[in-house]
Amino acid sequence: MARPFTPKVVTANELISGDVIYLAVDGSWVRELCMALVLSTQEDADARLFEAETQPHIAVGAYLADVKAGATGPEPTHFREAFRAKGPSNRVHGKQERTEEVPAHV
Amino acid sequence: MYDYADFDDHFVRTRTAQFRKQVERRISGALTEDEFKPLRLMNGVYLQLHAYMLRVAIPYGSVNPDQMRQLAYLADKFDKGYGHFTTRQNIQYNWPTLSDIPDMLDALADVQMHAIQTSGNTIRNVTADHFAGAAADEIEDPRPTAELIRQWSTDHPEFQFLPRKFKLAVTGSPEDRAVTKAHDVGIRIVKRDGEVGYQIIVGGGLGRTPVVGQVLNEFLPRADLLPYLEAIVAVYNVLGRRDNKYKARIKITTMENGIEKIRELVDAKFAQTRPLFSGVDQEHFARIQASFPQPEFKSADTGAYDAAYATDPGFRSFADTNLDVHRDDQHAIVTISIKAHGETPGDATSEQMRVMADLAESIGYSDLRISHEQNVILPHVHKSDLPKLYATLRAHGLATANAGLISDIIACPGMDYCALATARAIPVAQNIATRFDELKLEHDIGPIKLKISGCINACGHHHLGHIGILGLDRAGVENYQITLGGDGGADTVIGKRTGPGFAYDQIVPAIERILLAYLDLRDTAEETFLEAYRRLGDAPFKAALYPEGAAGGKSHAA
Ligand code: HEM
Ligand code: SF4
Repeated sequence: MARPFTPKVVTANELISGDVIYLAVDGSWVRELCMALVLSTQEDADARLFEAETQPHIAVGAYLADVKAGATGPEPTHFREAFRAKGPSNRVHGKQERTEEVPAHV
Repeated sequence: MYDYADFDDHFVRTRTAQFRKQVERRISGALTEDEFKPLRLMNGVYLQLHAYMLRVAIPYGSVNPDQMRQLAYLADKFDKGYGHFTTRQNIQYNWPTLSDIPDMLDALADVQMHAIQTSGNTIRNVTADHFAGAAADEIEDPRPTAELIRQWSTDHPEFQFLPRKFKLAVTGSPEDRAVTKAHDVGIRIVKRDGEVGYQIIVGGGLGRTPVVGQVLNEFLPRADLLPYLEAIVAVYNVLGRRDNKYKARIKITTMENGIEKIRELVDAKFAQTRPLFSGVDQEHFARIQASFPQPEFKSADTGAYDAAYATDPGFRSFADTNLDVHRDDQHAIVTISIKAHGETPGDATSEQMRVMADLAESIGYSDLRISHEQNVILPHVHKSDLPKLYATLRAHGLATANAGLISDIIACPGMDYCALATARAIPVAQNIATRFDELKLEHDIGPIKLKISGCINACGHHHLGHIGILGLDRAGVENYQITLGGDGGADTVIGKRTGPGFAYDQIVPAIERILLAYLDLRDTAEETFLEAYRRLGDAPFKAALYPEGAAGGKSHAA
């Protein structure tokens, strides 16, 4: 039997700022993991990754990252993705310092 | 210090203008990321975990006060008010946007700085002893040689697409502070029968396969330096493997072919390159050397120093720990620690940069150095000025008396910034420093080098730490391997792994066990950790590290 598919999100870095971004359900890009589109089959995941790769003017280095379901949306399964979703642990910089002025949508 | 000629200025500005256009074309979509990436890497621009990173070269670690102030300006204007000094005498900015980077490069060019060849498969920023021109044991100032190499290697048409990155380091002192044996090519200034020449070491490197460099040439006459280096890099360019990037560095080429074969090929190539150098390079070298005059050291009463040393315990501790012997006995070499306990090793705020620049200007002969140990050095300070210096440093969180001690840790950016990381390095350094500060054991433990890398690439030199820590990803969890007995000094030793690694929350207690064992085991308070390790071997330290498994080992549960 095939192994169960681990849900995924499409993630990349934004071209201008380098900030971590995720593909949302409407095909736009968002900055918060909890707003990302969760893909639950390999076919879907491949199709959405392909879609992301056709947007090099927004997204650099798109790839699929594993997630699990959480209370407020997808959560990372690996600590690398947790740092990407939050920011560095030695300083309150990156997403964790985000103020209201920065729109969640890219 | 070397002052850009019109040629240098024109070259740097042309390159910056080209890069500005390349960025514009990337943003407009005219260049794909695959096309753009090698171009940005040629100009020091990386894409890390959370943002772009700009790596600025500080050739042979030397900066003047105006340059340091400009680095501070960049930190304020384009970053988050700080910069990160690295083990390769660079400064990295962690948060620039792609569209701002051309302006940053212009601002750097205004003070004769650049980011060229700080990444990519080229000859990288040439590093040197950070005590150059000040050390008492120096045969000759290595900076003119390093500057000559910088000029020769910058945009060298034959060496823009080497099999892999290529790093050179130069030292002018027998006590090697430039880690020359862990570089692709290490250059040691030596003297034979009164003549100054170079010992050439090849094939050193760290990374996943740490190798200590071997002597390729015991004594190279000065005038042969560039043709000889050209021969080495040309041989490597052809012979170095391009099929596997993990086997592409010259250390592997040297291991696979043997040093004899490399020497034979280099000698044959040298026979061709030598006649091409007419001697113009030596005339130019003489001009470079003239631009590094020894400052006119002042002579004055040093009573103020003696008085402060006798009465102020804080100053005494700073003087005992952060000063080194200068060639002029009224002067001292000052290490300004960029590693206050609990702070990120190597991070300096813009305000701290300005304070250091002002101090260098007022009492430091306008000379500052960045050390590969991620500290800032004032190479020449008259002893009478030290109490004032100390007071100013203290007011800005820069007077930590820990140079060469357990909290003077080298740590790479690790998983907090680096896209290649397998674990964090910075918070491990912060936690170790904080813990030993609490224990108040730092000065008792004495000289020790602790170095941490966040992955096998070894940017934090962990193989060369008396205690090395390597952060790995074990089944999705951070895990830290310990090595003992490494040494980056003149002899260069790769540390030995102790055994199974430790979880993130167990690594500080593990280091504590090793050091408590050392305090028990040392012969006298003068015997350093490394000396004790060499005398006893790793068994007693392993016993302390793995108490349950080690029969008869003394346990110091933390
Ligand atoms: C974007 C961040 C960085 C990346 C992607 C990176 C990448 C690498 C890689 C891939 C290697 C292994 C090369 C090989 O074995 O062929 C390496 C080695 C090294 N890097 Fe970094 N590095 C980064 C940051 C740093 C920093 C911050 C420092 C200084 C603190 C540094 C200094 C070194 C040193 C000293 C080595 C080992 C010497 C050698 O080249 O063998 N790197 N780096
Ligand atoms: S050692 Fe690894 S984690 Fe650390 S900076 Fe180098 S590549 Fe990044």
